[in-house]
Amino acid sequence: MSENTASHAGSATAATSRHIACDVAIVGSGPAGLSAAIRLREHGVGRVVVVERESEAGGIPRHCAHPPYGVREYHRLMTGPTYARHNVKLALAAGVEILTRHTVVALDAGARLKLTTPDGLATLTARRVLLAVGARETPRSARRISGDRPLGVVNTGTLQASLFLEHRKPFEQPLIVGTELVSLSAIASCRKAGIEPVAMIEPRGRPTARWPLNLYPRLNGIPLYVNTRLVSIEGSDRVEAAWVQSGRSGPRRIDCDGVLLTGEFTPESALVRQSALMLDPRSQGPSVDPYGRCSDPSYFAAGNLLRPIETAGWSWREGRRVADNLATDLADGLAQEECVTINLRDPIKYCVPQRVPVSNTDRDGRLQLRVTQPVKGSLRLWVGERVVWQSTGHFLPERRILIPSHTLPTHLDGPVKVDLI
Amino acid sequence: MAVIGGGVVGCATARRFALEGARVLLLEKGADILSGASKANSAILHTGFDAPSGSQELACMQRGYAEYREIAQRLNLPLLETGAMVVAWNDADEAKLDAILAQAHANGVEDVVRISRDAVRQREPALSSQARGAVWVPGEHVIDPWSAPLAYLQQAMANGAHVWRGATVEGGAFDGKTWTLLTTLGEVRSTEVINCAGLFGDHLERALLGEASFTIHPRKGQFVVFDKAAAAMLSSIILPVPNERTKGVVLTRTIYGNLLVGPTAEEQEDRDHASLDEAILDSLVADAITKVPALEGMPITATYAGLRPATEQKAYRLKDRPEANWITLGGVRSTGLTAALGLAEHAFACYRQRRATTPIGSPVWPAVPNLAEHLPRDWQQPGYEEIVCHCELVTRREIEAALESPLPPGNIGGLKRRTRACMGRCQGFYCGARVAELTGNCLTPPISTGIWHE
Ligand SMILES: Cc1cc2nc3c(=O)[nH]c(=O)nc-3n(C[C@H](O)[C@H](O)[C@H](O)COP(=O)(O)OP(=O)(O)OC[C@H]3O[C@@H](n4cnc5c(N)ncnc54)[C@H](O)[C@@H]3O)c2cc1C
Ligand SMILES: Cc1cc2nc3c(=O)[nH]c(=O)nc-3n(C[C@H](O)[C@H](O)[C@H](O)COP(=O)(O)OP(=O)(O)OC[C@H]3O[C@@H](n4cnc5c(N)ncnc54)[C@H](O)[C@@H]3O)c2cc1C
Repeated sequence: MSENTASHAGSATAATSRHIACDVAIVGSGPAGLSAAIRLREHGVGRVVVVERESEAGGIPRHCAHPPYGVREYHRLMTGPTYARHNVKLALAAGVEILTRHTVVALDAGARLKLTTPDGLATLTARRVLLAVGARETPRSARRISGDRPLGVVNTGTLQASLFLEHRKPFEQPLIVGTELVSLSAIASCRKAGIEPVAMIEPRGRPTARWPLNLYPRLNGIPLYVNTRLVSIEGSDRVEAAWVQSGRSGPRRIDCDGVLLTGEFTPESALVRQSALMLDPRSQGPSVDPYGRCSDPSYFAAGNLLRPIETAGWSWREGRRVADNLATDLADGLAQEECVTINLRDPIKYCVPQRVPVSNTDRDGRLQLRVTQPVKGSLRLWVGERVVWQSTGHFLPERRILIPSHTLPTHLDGPVKVDLI
Repeated sequence: MAVIGGGVVGCATARRFALEGARVLLLEKGADILSGASKANSAILHTGFDAPSGSQELACMQRGYAEYREIAQRLNLPLLETGAMVVAWNDADEAKLDAILAQAHANGVEDVVRISRDAVRQREPALSSQARGAVWVPGEHVIDPWSAPLAYLQQAMANGAHVWRGATVEGGAFDGKTWTLLTTLGEVRSTEVINCAGLFGDHLERALLGEASFTIHPRKGQFVVFDKAAAAMLSSIILPVPNERTKGVVLTRTIYGNLLVGPTAEEQEDRDHASLDEAILDSLVADAITKVPALEGMPITATYAGLRPATEQKAYRLKDRPEANWITLGGVRSTGLTAALGLAEHAFACYRQRRATTPIGSPVWPAVPNLAEHLPRDWQQPGYEEIVCHCELVTRREIEAALESPLPPGNIGGLKRRTRACMGRCQGFYCGARVAELTGNCLTPPISTGIWHE
């Protein structure tokens, strides 16, 4: 590894002065970060360094010991760990440097990072930084769940890391809250480890994961209660019961020794929030332009940091696409165009990118949107007083909505807005 | 002598008596210390500016405050010098500011002053413009609510005290000279008993003395902790104009670099469970946003609740029973973190009336690891091997040191309080599994329910 180690003369804390310089630094070695790294090398970018805080590279898929991974990217059905290892292998083969146990602690203006490593603090300067730090599930606290705070209330991420990385079970008979895709992974993981979920509950009237996947709990003999919400958790040391409420009936107690809180993802945007980069309160990720560029043009972002959430395959492709833009930026300099912010009306949850250049030259990009709740109606894209695109149908929160960028005129002569009526 | 209860008051008392040369055994029923009221509070080191003038509470708080400042550095305990402002949000509040100022001065807190609306804004630009003016209390500070009692007890231990955890005192008899205490870990003999049983102080009196001189009526306080990004929004502690029952909902930075809103004041009978209530948590968030509008949309890191050992009176319930070799430090309701060292001195002053001791010559001062965000943390020093908890940047070295310390964590709560592992915004999403692995069977109950191999 070619590193410039500049020591502070006479300083007792010489280790704090390690400095890393590279062309592109990528924060996070999940599917998005690694695919971008590989792509940058394919474009001939010199020194590409991936900074990863875990002991092993690969991101979330490392502990998702279940398919489906890799179908779109490698045309093979893989488990998460196999897929993660494959990404790492390709990255190393492409000449990407991966620094594990390196944690980015601050994003400073102009592609400068502060890091901590087991060997001491470090700084990193790059021509560009790509942020690909992913997303995580919302924990109990942020969901403001009532009741006691015993052991055994965990997210799917913790469950899977416990089982597949540390070989430990966090509970034996949990209640599963949520019916997203990840909730089904949770069932699969429980099944594998001999954990017997007592029930699965969903506050809405139907499971979030779509048919035929929504049959999965029943096929596994797990009662699925819709229109049912978690009211409170009971337990002194470990979870003893959960109180749930269905419709208008009174709360009822379900004996269990754990509560598995699945889904409700949120971007891991702590670093962004504490930096000068602009954060989008709707997506909870950094605000980007169609190139994936943040408000500080030396920073780019890709993957689930941008929004909660898409599949690994989507994040992987997004990493590649942003890497293409980044490579262009390094070679020729992407234009610094004036941008229009896309205004959103409820129930639209978010739109990525958040802004588009006034002279819209992006012909093959797409606006990614989601809604907050199931709605039937017309989704409309406005420029000034004109509807430039519209689609009528049933919009579900778990389905991404894509609007091709070329539907926008080449010159935006008014405010851009998306609504749903 | 036996100190019953390992809350902050018991820990401070064990320390004082150990330093004075007494042979001390601390008995705590929980798997770890801080199993009662002391596990959840606002972590403010109070000046006593608003305490009842002339009260024992005020005296103990001010002694506690002074001693904390005196010993903090040697025990490596942090102090975040924030100052506090009692903010008037309406006419009624504003009308009370002069009285608050007068009481502060009567309590000897001379540096307290009135400040104008403009001065409030200047100090706290993020505060809502509805703030009318305030009383500025420069001496109110933020401390580490868990490292402090831990440091007191570790110093007691380093100077000869013993600690039994998992030892519930269930009964006992006094023969005129010696107490025989019946605990779940066996019999203990002691000449003196100091009741620091907090939320169970009355039960302990009833079990050992036959009757209780007071009754605990737990008063719950719920809190919401905002993400670290919020801490930059305030520099001082924002106090409301208090009412009879409570100091009211506070907005303050924490020593760990977050921003906290709470506590509520809710009466309940249950002494063990401080459960959360979604609607109340929502109202705390709403209140915080009203006062600091920029908090809108700020992620929540943690929610928690604590129980104050309140009694039928506002005053502390301090009882010296020389005929029974018994001292009660009870009903230490809402200022015990501050007053603990003062209460310990008070207990020792009572004890000295009946028995002479020789203070130990050169006491040992064991330092506790720093968890304060504004001071150097372990992750900033090379050689830590691995960051385990990414949100709070807790290193493996810190977790291992806690597990190997003289008073290792007894349960997951104890580990969190000693290291901050799993205390950050992801609440264990990233590190829960690794922490379970590293702690194995060290905690009661263990984090995992079992081992599983594919
Ligand atoms: C339980 C679970 C099951 C899932 N199952 C599937 C599935 O079956 N199929 C599927 O397609 N998708 C699945 N997903 C989603 C999929 O894993 C994600 O979409 C994908 O991993 C996102 O990739 P990413 O690169 O954006 O982020 P991540 O994979 O989350 O990678 C982010 C990386 O950044 C690192 N990082 C974060 N902060 C820092 C920092 N400050 N410094 C250094 N490094 C940092 C992290 O350690 C991590 O390695 C699942 C997700 C979960 C949680
Ligand atoms: C919401 C809230 C906010 C607060 N904010 C502040 C603040 O900002 N500043 C401040 O100074 N103070 C504050 N306080 C007050 C402070 O936390 C309390 O005054 C203090 O914790 C009381 O400590 P204690 O040792 O008396 O009781 P406890 O902490 O309850 O300790 C008693 C211990 O005795 C043990 N025990 C009980 N019975 C037995 C038995 N039979 N045998 C063995 N062990 C037994 C218990 O397990 C417990 O650990 C706050 C309190 C609350 C609840």
